[in-house]
Parts: sequence; structure tokens; C-alpha cells
Amino acid sequence: MDDLMNVVDWSRWQFALTAMYHWLFVPLTLGLSIIVGVMETIYYRNRDAKWLAITKFWMLLFGINFACGVATGIILEFEFGTNWSNYSWFVGDIFGAPLAIEGLLAFFMESTFIAVMFFGWNKVSPRFHLSATWLTALGAALSALWILVANAWMQYPVGTEFDPSQMRNVMSDFWAVVASPMAVNKFFHTVLSGWVLGGVFVVGVSCWFLLKRRNIELAQKSIKIGGWVGLVGIVMTMWTGDGSAVAVSKYQPMKLAAMEGLYEGKCGQEIVAFGILNPDKTVDNEENPYLFDISLPYGLSVLAKHDANAFVPGINDLIDGVELTAEGDTVATDSYATRIAMGRKAHEALRAYGEAEKIGDEAAMTQASAALAENFKYFGYGYFNDVNEAVPPVALTFYAFHLMVIAGGYLLLFFVVVLFLVYKKKQWLGSRIVQWMGLLTIPVVWICSQSGWITAEVGRQPWIIQDLMPTRAAISDISASSVQITFWMFVVLFTGLLVAEVCIMLKVIGRRSKEELVNEKQ
Amino acid sequence: MKHKAITMITRVYRFYADGFRSMTVGRYLWAMILIKVAIMFLVLKLFFFPNVLSRDYDTDEQRAEAVRNTLLDQR
Repeated sequence: MDDLMNVVDWSRWQFALTAMYHWLFVPLTLGLSIIVGVMETIYYRNRDAKWLAITKFWMLLFGINFACGVATGIILEFEFGTNWSNYSWFVGDIFGAPLAIEGLLAFFMESTFIAVMFFGWNKVSPRFHLSATWLTALGAALSALWILVANAWMQYPVGTEFDPSQMRNVMSDFWAVVASPMAVNKFFHTVLSGWVLGGVFVVGVSCWFLLKRRNIELAQKSIKIGGWVGLVGIVMTMWTGDGSAVAVSKYQPMKLAAMEGLYEGKCGQEIVAFGILNPDKTVDNEENPYLFDISLPYGLSVLAKHDANAFVPGINDLIDGVELTAEGDTVATDSYATRIAMGRKAHEALRAYGEAEKIGDEAAMTQASAALAENFKYFGYGYFNDVNEAVPPVALTFYAFHLMVIAGGYLLLFFVVVLFLVYKKKQWLGSRIVQWMGLLTIPVVWICSQSGWITAEVGRQPWIIQDLMPTRAAISDISASSVQITFWMFVVLFTGLLVAEVCIMLKVIGRRSKEELVNEKQ
Repeated sequence: MKHKAITMITRVYRFYADGFRSMTVGRYLWAMILIKVAIMFLVLKLFFFPNVLSRDYDTDEQRAEAVRNTLLDQR
């Protein structure tokens, strides 16, 4: 068992490491592709050589990031087959179909049009080139769509039926999978957050130009585009974040409770704007969950239910299976003890199905299949011996969520201030404080972006597939030492890539900044 | 028709060949991509990341049986 836990832990660390490294590159691709598209559109409309030079400069940085980031996600697919083979088999074509579409359509589309973007200047018509630039951006977004559809299914498994004979979930409704509320919100929230990151990157690098007093015109024009894309991005990210919160409260209420460190819910639930959790608090004691908190009245009820008086269940309410109506009447839901019992019945039914199948007993198979279908929605709970095992890591989820929200709030303010300055108080952009603020916001947006993923993925623990499969059941029968070896190989490989990207970026930005970019002869 | 197709292929080939020839920073980026992809597929995938179920079992029935047994034995 100790060995199994080690394999689970190492595999989780490995997956988190590769996913988080991958996610350093992807949002910048998503954001910069849009910004470059906007810049080239301006050039296409006014044929001003300055805008062509600006477009080419940011396109080069986009290319560097794309080259460093491309294929880093493939390792995740390797890990599915090796470390998470039970999971890979169990999800069947639910995961395979979107990833295959992603690989065949979106990635190739993105790669093809990138070639036109970089090689096509003066070789294809400006209109075709502009189309290629936008199609690259579309391809990047489509890549993200299919990955996020697969991820959303893990958080809210719909549109599938479990086949006990194949031991796989079989897709019964493709559109239910693609258009689930979790998938739609996750797609827009994630892709638009890439716009925010791209916007901050452009504004930040432009501020460095201003700090060095080089290519002032390029910097100011870039700040306008980066600022607008970032502002639209952050507003839309917040809006879709609201949609995500509603979806999470509906389909993953335990995650929402962990995000807020909420143990006992109530009608008209406040939201913690800032807080420090009490490390001694557990589901079994009566300690105050917070050492310190600043809360907004009714905030969580409004956020999660769009109703100031709605009941938001806490961790203990969910375990006990208790909810209240807005009027205060108690409504019983399935307690976690009930879910564990149903999960065990599902396990027994699956075992009986397997035995009946071996001897070809059709009647017993039908009976077992019916029992399995009746209890399958809580299949994963059958692995738990204690209800506490179904509670996610509260502290990490809580702090990651609040860090994301606080950083997101700062970014909204940042873009408003940046646009105000660039349009109304341009001389203030000469202030070193403003320039340093722009530059230092670059790491903030990455922290915000990574915190979002930590909230989404840690908050859904212990599940790899919500209610159906806990993470520990998904693991392959492999040794912990083999995962440790590849974990450290990835640390070296990805750190090398990151260092390479940063070095190439800095070198190119430094070298190009010394040229008169906007006076470049075209 | 055949002539048109060949002309088209030639133009696409030239488009890419000229593009690669005129690259500056791109050369390093392509080198990085090729090294990265080689490490991933020729080292990591080949030696460290086998598909466990494909490696250990010959048929889908055996794989399904193995997954069933593993899942039910874990509680």
C-alpha cells in the first residue's frame, strides 16, 4: 500500500509538473496570437509601415514562445498510457476522440498557417497573410477547446454510458460532452485568460522599452493594443469565471466549499475576500475555519447561485447530505455514507458481472448490469473507507483560489490604469514607477494563471473523474522509482526549455530594441 | 491537371525552402523543436513511457479484464 501511495503521489507530482510547465507557454500563444492578429489587421487597413514593423516584432516573440511550447503537452499523453493506464482505459473514447480531433485538425491547422505567417510576407497577398494569422489564432483556440472538453468531462462526466463488458465509458452523446456547461465555461474562461496574459506580456515588454527609452512609438502603440486585448480579456474572464462558479456549485459543490474553506453553509452565505485558514480545523472538530477573514455579506450565495438568499452547502453539509431551501426548509440529498454504500454495491455488481461473463451466464450478467447501472453514479465512492477521504486539500484550494481572484482584481485595475494613461496622460508613461509596474506585472499574470489551474485541479481531488474514479484507482501497476526517474528528467528538460525561452526572448527583445523598429524599411 | 498539381507542389516546396533559408532566429528555434521532439519520441516514449496495457496484454478483452481486476482489488 505504501508503494502504491508513492506511485500515486509521484505520478500526481509528475503530471502537475508537466501540465504546469506546459501551461506557462500555452496562454502566451493564445494571447499573443490574438494581439498579433489585431496589429496586422490595423496594418492591413491603413498600410502603415510602422504597424507592419510592430506586427513583425510581436510575431517574432510569438514564434519563439510557440517553438518552446510546442509538443510539451504530448508528454501528458505519454503519462496517461504509462502512469494512468486504468484511467486511460476507463475513459475510453471520451478522452481519445477530443484529443484525436485536436491532434488532427487544430494542431495541423495551427502549424500550417504559422508557416504562412512567418514565410509568407511578400509571397502571399496581404489578405491571405492576414487570414493565415487569424487562422493560427483560431487553430490555437481550437486546440485548447478539445483539451478542455476532455478536462471538463473529467469534472462533470456527461454524454457517456459505462459498458461493463469493455470496462469503458462509451460516448452516447457527443454534443452533451462538447457543450456541457462545464466545458463551455472552462473553454472561454481559459482561453480568455490567455488574452489577459498576452496583454500583460505586451504591456510589460513595452514598459521595458520605455524604461530603456528605446522605440517609444512602438511601445506606446503596443501598450494600446495589449491594454485593450487585456482589458477585454480580464472582463470576459471574470464573466466566464462567474459562469464557472455557478457550474462548480451545481456539479462540484465540494470543490466550491474547499475554495471558500466553508465547513458549515447557510442561506445568504458570505464570501471570504481575504482570509487565513485555521490549520487545526478539520471536518471532525468545531474549530473556527479562519484565523482571520474579511468577508462580503451574501457574496458566495450571489456568486454561486445568483440569489442573495440561496443556501450554499459547506463541507460538513455535503458529507451529511443536508441542504436548505432559500426559505430555510431542510432538503435531504445523498449523504457521503450513502454514496459509499452505493459505490460498494456498484463494485459488487461489476464483480458479479465479470464472473457471470466468464461462464457465459446471460441472466446473471443482465441482473448485475442493472445493479451496476443503478449505483454507478457513485462508483468511485466505493473506494473510500471514510467520508473524510472525499474531501479535497482545503488549504491549497482556498489559497490558490483567493490568490487567483486577488491577482485577477489587480489585473483589471492594471489595464484600466494603463489605458487611461496611454490615452489621457501619456506623459505619465515616462514615469519609472509606471514602467516598473508594467514590467513587474508580468510574473503576476502567470501566478494568477497557474493559481487558476491549481484551484481547478486540486479542488476536484480526490477525483480524477468526478464521483466515478478517485485518483488512486486510476494508477498503473508500476514502480515508484520509475516515475521518480522520469519526474527528475522532466524537471531538467522543462527547466532547460524555460531557460532557453527566456534567454532567447531576452536576447531578441534586447537586440531588436536597439534598432529603430518603426522606421524599418519595408 | 497533373501538370497543375506538380506546379502547385513545386510552389509549396519553394515556399517552405525559401522560408527556411531566410530564417535567422528561426534556425535556433527549429533546432530546439527537433531536439525536443527527438528526446520525447526517441528517448522518453521508447524507453520510459510504454503503454502499459498494450505492452502487457494482447487483446482488448484481456485489457478489460485486467482493468476490472485492478479496479476491484484496490479497495
